[in-house]
Amino acid sequence: MSELTVSVSPHLRGPRTTQKIMLDVLIALCPAFAASIIIFGWRSILLTGVSAAACVACEYIWERLMKQPITVGDLSAVVTGVLLAFNVPSSMPLWELIVGDIVAIICVKMLFGGIGCNFVNPALVGRVVMFFSFTGDMTNYQFPSMMADKVDALSSATPLAAIRAGELSWDYFGRLLLGTHGGVLGETCALALIAGGVYLCVRRVIKPIIPLAYLGSTLVFGWIFGSSHPVLAVFSGGLMLGAIFMATDYVTTPTTNIGKLIFGIGCGLLTALMRTFASSAGAVTFSILLMNLVVPYINDLTAPKPFGGVEAK
Amino acid sequence: MKEKMKILLNGIFKENPVLILALGCCSVLAVSVSVSGGLGMGAALTFVLVCSNVVISLLRNIIPSKVRIPCYIVVIATFVTLVEMVMEAYLKSLYDSLGVFLSLIVVNCIVLGRAEMFASKRNVVDSFFDGLGMGIGYTMVIIGMSVIRELFGAGTLFGIRIIPEGYQLGILTQAPGGFFLFGCAIAILVAAMAKKGKKFEPKMGCDGNCAACHSSCDDRKEAEAK
Repeated sequence: MSELTVSVSPHLRGPRTTQKIMLDVLIALCPAFAASIIIFGWRSILLTGVSAAACVACEYIWERLMKQPITVGDLSAVVTGVLLAFNVPSSMPLWELIVGDIVAIICVKMLFGGIGCNFVNPALVGRVVMFFSFTGDMTNYQFPSMMADKVDALSSATPLAAIRAGELSWDYFGRLLLGTHGGVLGETCALALIAGGVYLCVRRVIKPIIPLAYLGSTLVFGWIFGSSHPVLAVFSGGLMLGAIFMATDYVTTPTTNIGKLIFGIGCGLLTALMRTFASSAGAVTFSILLMNLVVPYINDLTAPKPFGGVEAK
Repeated sequence: MKEKMKILLNGIFKENPVLILALGCCSVLAVSVSVSGGLGMGAALTFVLVCSNVVISLLRNIIPSKVRIPCYIVVIATFVTLVEMVMEAYLKSLYDSLGVFLSLIVVNCIVLGRAEMFASKRNVVDSFFDGLGMGIGYTMVIIGMSVIRELFGAGTLFGIRIIPEGYQLGILTQAPGGFFLFGCAIAILVAAMAKKGKKFEPKMGCDGNCAACHSSCDDRKEAEAK
């Protein structure tokens, strides 16, 4: 009998680890990072590096103090830090960014039990706290350093504000793709973000359902609600960054495909609603956070029926 | 005397109205943005609580049980009006900053709750100490929270600038910050009690009216009576 090993599932283990998945996410974020350096200058490196280091430090110190196993090696804290840095303008004071990191890692991730136990996306909550605490600094959108010599009509507003005012036309599409317009670090260059998203899909880190459903429904609902330019709206603001990197977090999204579809459409509907009828700043953040909160219910409603199973009476 | 001390401390720690019984949270969350406001609110509530507890305890054998709630409200409203008038006359700025929350002490669940759970069944001296303990417990929580919220949220204490402009955590002065601190305070208290080895089980006063009670208790008097 001693040859019989009894253990709990999973019995089969693939080569894929959290660390490898997070490394893929980081690789996918590289094009956007490179774009942010080109567009906003060297401070982008400083902010991203400090933010990632602060997140790792927070997680390490917390686990040390609480005598928990050290999990900083799985790189998830690095991803949170980089995403958080991508959500601030390049002029953001460092200490304010670190406050956001502490909130994201300690309050949202570690207090609820570490990786896999957070009920909402840590980076997004960090952003919300920074947004409400340092509203001035968070909305002090910087304009590309390389564009400084070319003064044009739109240099005073972000594309989203211009869309709300109905001042944006197709001529602007190229700049939206390249990201040479005002905004926060990681959100401006749509092409780089899409490249990262394609990489993630090819590596099968994420399924394209959520980003496509999210972007598509934002487009459709934006058109229904009478946005002045629904297509350009999809390429502006934090939507690309949110749809590809934030709304695809494993822990805070539904598990089934149909659930993911509902999640994506819900995010799109909320984003279009907020962008049209409320303030455009933070629309993506709040949409994803709100949908994060209803994920348990979506999971319950879309739970697959086991093969041959009958409904409990 | 030891008995009275126990009743007094009961309100401050073991049955802290805000953190353990979770009563009166509305005014705590709303008013604790400034220390002076928190202090004023705590003092006003303590005064009303002590006075109404004493008066209701005195009247406990006269008030018919069918109309007890309206009677309590009349007693409580009397003292709240008193506080309001005095405050408006002598502390106008505090009165303005507390706004509607001062009048809302009338329906504050701590005051009504202690009247129903304690004062209507116990003698005057006990009720006095219970009101005082509960009032101090409430005041301690609201002051503790308002110190943190005002210091780190607005950078001031009693309106005097401590932290220079530009280094504030603005979210603390807003509703989410209040809820966050409130949750942290409850967590710290529960953790401290758990460390002391005390079983964490808030014991509410029982009036035998189990239909209107949400707490789970072993002695369901109503069920037994039937």
